[in-house]
Amino acid sequence: MRVNRWRAALAVNGRGILDSGRPVLVLILLGILLAMVTALFMTYDLKGSLDFALELRGRKVGGMLLVGFAVAYAAVLLHTITNNRILTPSLMGFDALFVLIQTGAAFLFGTLAFLAIDVRLRFGIEVVIMLAFAAILYRLLFGGENRDLFLLVLAGIITGTVFSSLTALIMRVLDPNEFLTLQDLLFANFSTVNRDLLLVSAAAVVVIIVATRPLLGQLDAVAIGREHAINLGVNHRAVVRQCLVAIAVLVSVSTALVGPVAFLGLLVSNMAYQLTGTFRHRYTPAAAGMIAAIALIGGQFLLQEVFASVVRLSVIISFIGGIYFILLLLREAGR
Amino acid sequence: MIELSGVTKRYGPNTVVNSVSLTVPGGGVTALVGPNGAGKSSLLSMIGRLLPMDEGEIRVDGLDVSRTAGDVLAKKLSILRQENQVAVRLTVKELVEFGRFPHSRGRLTAEDGRHVEEAIDFLELAEFSGRPIDRLSGGQRQRAFIAMVLCQDTDYVLLDEPLNNLDMRHASQTMGLIRRLATELNKTIVIVLHDINFASYHADRVVAMKDGAIVADGTPREIITGLSMAEIFDLEVPVHSYADRPVAAYFAIGSRRLHGQD
Repeated sequence: MRVNRWRAALAVNGRGILDSGRPVLVLILLGILLAMVTALFMTYDLKGSLDFALELRGRKVGGMLLVGFAVAYAAVLLHTITNNRILTPSLMGFDALFVLIQTGAAFLFGTLAFLAIDVRLRFGIEVVIMLAFAAILYRLLFGGENRDLFLLVLAGIITGTVFSSLTALIMRVLDPNEFLTLQDLLFANFSTVNRDLLLVSAAAVVVIIVATRPLLGQLDAVAIGREHAINLGVNHRAVVRQCLVAIAVLVSVSTALVGPVAFLGLLVSNMAYQLTGTFRHRYTPAAAGMIAAIALIGGQFLLQEVFASVVRLSVIISFIGGIYFILLLLREAGR
Repeated sequence: MIELSGVTKRYGPNTVVNSVSLTVPGGGVTALVGPNGAGKSSLLSMIGRLLPMDEGEIRVDGLDVSRTAGDVLAKKLSILRQENQVAVRLTVKELVEFGRFPHSRGRLTAEDGRHVEEAIDFLELAEFSGRPIDRLSGGQRQRAFIAMVLCQDTDYVLLDEPLNNLDMRHASQTMGLIRRLATELNKTIVIVLHDINFASYHADRVVAMKDGAIVADGTPREIITGLSMAEIFDLEVPVHSYADRPVAAYFAIGSRRLHGQD
């Protein structure tokens, strides 16, 4: 809302100049807001050992920043390669698979054995399986002559449901003690972010951001449609393949850190498109990432300090995101 | 020069393009005509590497279209398909600017800007240049897409029924512009045309397709005759002469007036 007011105030003088600079302006304002929220979260009502509190809060903030950027970037990439703005990686079954991998492993080897594996190794194996899933999705997307989007979405929803049902089945036959340990692992919230996992995740996100940087210009062309992109000289298949790999890794990061956050990506990416008023990938992933981080850190702060509530942040995000999703569907239908 | 040899495309049991071989030398307007489902669009899409072929080979200036890097081809050849949906909201100017993508990779130079201006002026789009393309009429939108292709500034331009959705004035103007691209800028145009009379007046060469194969190939005067029209379209069409070019009076068929039985 603050951003809106700023925009309204600035729009008075010289609309043309402001319009071309609008995405930059939005990025700057989001950056300031993010810095403020982070500072507030880190310093509010500090008690006891300063070192301990700052380290604990720093870890939380780090986790939320990572999750925010990972979720937002994955959503923007998926939107671009499918030319559809109401899909999310979670709708396509990505995070359901991640949960299934963890549950399946716990069932087969026992949670203790599973937890005994080095976090980095465990995360590596999980990412490899996720990449295999991305490869199958890629075949679905570009294997046959029929690259029907609806077919793909349907396939994604069905596989997602299958993954969730399998997870539910395994959980039911699991030993109750094992189940409790597993649940702790799966629905780890921001207060219990593992330090090693945080470092691995940060490395993964940085690698993805650096590796996809040269793609951003081409993604603008991909966004206007496959045939136009090919005509303009973009190697469409290669770009889509690289994006799916990036999405698989990013979803692994966010799901490993905090479990599924269903609608967050959809919410923040669409807000980013609206606020920046552009689809250019020089701006949208960064804007979406910052909105996600602001929402997570700000939301966590409000829950923790103001409402002292026991409700999990992911529940609230799903609630708001679900409503927003329905609104988007209605708007698309109305067009 | 565009060279096709043994190009075949199948969809399951249906062969839509059946071992087509064709050579289009540089320059001039070559019109692809034929009934619906003859395989014209598929053939054009394969030349423009939008559609992979099952058999055969296509070379543009010696470059194999299925092997050459996309960005190299994009400076040599551009293609505009019939249905042009754009997934994101773009203004006319932004769309036309995309035509410079193969040259500038998204960072527009002053020269790119000049190309964009020219293309927009050429297609009389200046007054709409700031308008989102989803708020244009069908004809305006079509012209915006042609401007984008024009901006791409390639030696070879492939157009799939670019006159669709255009009224009389814009259709004739656009066709005139396409003719000028060939005559004045020495571009090689391959164009799928529905209206045989546009092909008659503006094309140097007419290639007729039927059931996935080329059934006639020659100058408009050779191809547009009552006899070959009957063969290509399964329709008896009276062919007249206007301005020294054949005119097919297909629009009158089906009315009894033609035969004086009014």
